[in-house]
Amino acid sequence: MTKQRANWSPYDNNGGSCVAIAGADYCVIAADTRMSTGYNILSREYSKITKLADKCLMASSGFQADVKALQKHLAARHLIYQHQHNKQMSCPAMGQLLSNTLYYKRFFPYYSFNVLGGLDSEGKGCVYTYDAVGSYERVGYSSQGSGSTLIMPFLDNQLKSPSPLLLPAQDAVTPLSETEAVDLVKTVFASATERDIYTGDKLEIVVVNAEGIRREYMDLRKD
Amino acid sequence: MDQKPFSQGLLSSEADSQRTLYPYVTGTSVVALKYKDGILMAADMGGSYGSTLRYKSVERMKSIGKHSLLGASGELSDFQEILRYLDELILYDNMWDDGNSLGPKEVHSYLTRVMYNRRNKFNPLWSSLVLGGVKNGEKYLGMVSMIGVHFEDNHVATGFGNHLARPILREEWHENLSFEDGVKLLEKCMRVLLYRDRSAVNKLQIAKITEEGVTVSQPYSLKTFWGFSAFSNPTVGAEGSW
Repeated sequence: MTKQRANWSPYDNNGGSCVAIAGADYCVIAADTRMSTGYNILSREYSKITKLADKCLMASSGFQADVKALQKHLAARHLIYQHQHNKQMSCPAMGQLLSNTLYYKRFFPYYSFNVLGGLDSEGKGCVYTYDAVGSYERVGYSSQGSGSTLIMPFLDNQLKSPSPLLLPAQDAVTPLSETEAVDLVKTVFASATERDIYTGDKLEIVVVNAEGIRREYMDLRKD
Repeated sequence: MDQKPFSQGLLSSEADSQRTLYPYVTGTSVVALKYKDGILMAADMGGSYGSTLRYKSVERMKSIGKHSLLGASGELSDFQEILRYLDELILYDNMWDDGNSLGPKEVHSYLTRVMYNRRNKFNPLWSSLVLGGVKNGEKYLGMVSMIGVHFEDNHVATGFGNHLARPILREEWHENLSFEDGVKLLEKCMRVLLYRDRSAVNKLQIAKITEEGVTVSQPYSLKTFWGFSAFSNPTVGAEGSW
């Protein structure tokens, strides 16, 4: 008599792609708004981007319940930080907190693939990219999620960022202007939508710069 | 209070009997949409025990507090357990006696956390929940799955409803549907489910929630049509077949 096994998984992949690009004085964070499960679309208007601090946003794709729980957790920690230090958390500080939070559940991970984007304390664009268990790195640009394999090579080619292998080490931020970066993001998502079934419906773009935070939307293919 | 010996892992067969592994008595799809005055929700009254249609008068939609309506599919005993949790929640809310009451957003958030936390303990409540309501003129309609995946939208469905009803709703739903149009649209979805979902029964209720409150209709059945010519002589294209 074979032992009965649970035929249930605590995880699901709700799909979608995220991108973040750092510029000299701005940061672009973008994600599609499709939430799916298997071959079904659950919602066409679901935002994957959340504001964690004044100049720090996070875009996450993966298992939506874990993503939401993670966002709630970070928002709560940020509130405590504000009470204790009487100031907003900087992007690098939030970056470290996110990494630690993810690793805390190293043996039952948050199935959440994140990119953190914002401005650092000097006002320069700042992007951190993560895996599901908290391994992270500050980079000039990154993509995560179901379309990341399609998006990343495109960004490598078009952003004209200095190679991380160069010596002396150069700033990773892209020399592109804010409008050029936003246009590139739109192109990149339109392409990813063509070939990734989990990416589509609508694109949400958030731009952080010295003036504040600006939000923009663009329609993507619904098939 | 049972003590588990340290040698037993979480996945040993004795520990298994303490956790939900399979659903036993299940309800099928729930479909809901926002209309002009609030939310309309439909669910049939069947409780299946595997492939047997065991219970035929199960109410799978219940009002919660003053402002919300909950519909559930999946394991019915888990739905009853959730109703017990919500009873306690609403009781405590009423006992504050401060003029405030939990709205649908709050109840949805509570349910999400309950479902997610049970999933974290590897002991899920095997239900898909639809939560709709109106408070202070604001309509709200959301869904929670058994692993905590949740969202809100203008129309939602569980189980087979996702495959069969959502496409119809995407095509024909629009803002400010009248009550009659909303009911017609829901009945269209439920009819398709009746034809194509083997666990559906032809005895359904439609519930309405508006600012005034909740009304659950009396059970009724949908008219179906089986008079297709292909059905009257099914072997006409393949002699000898049956």
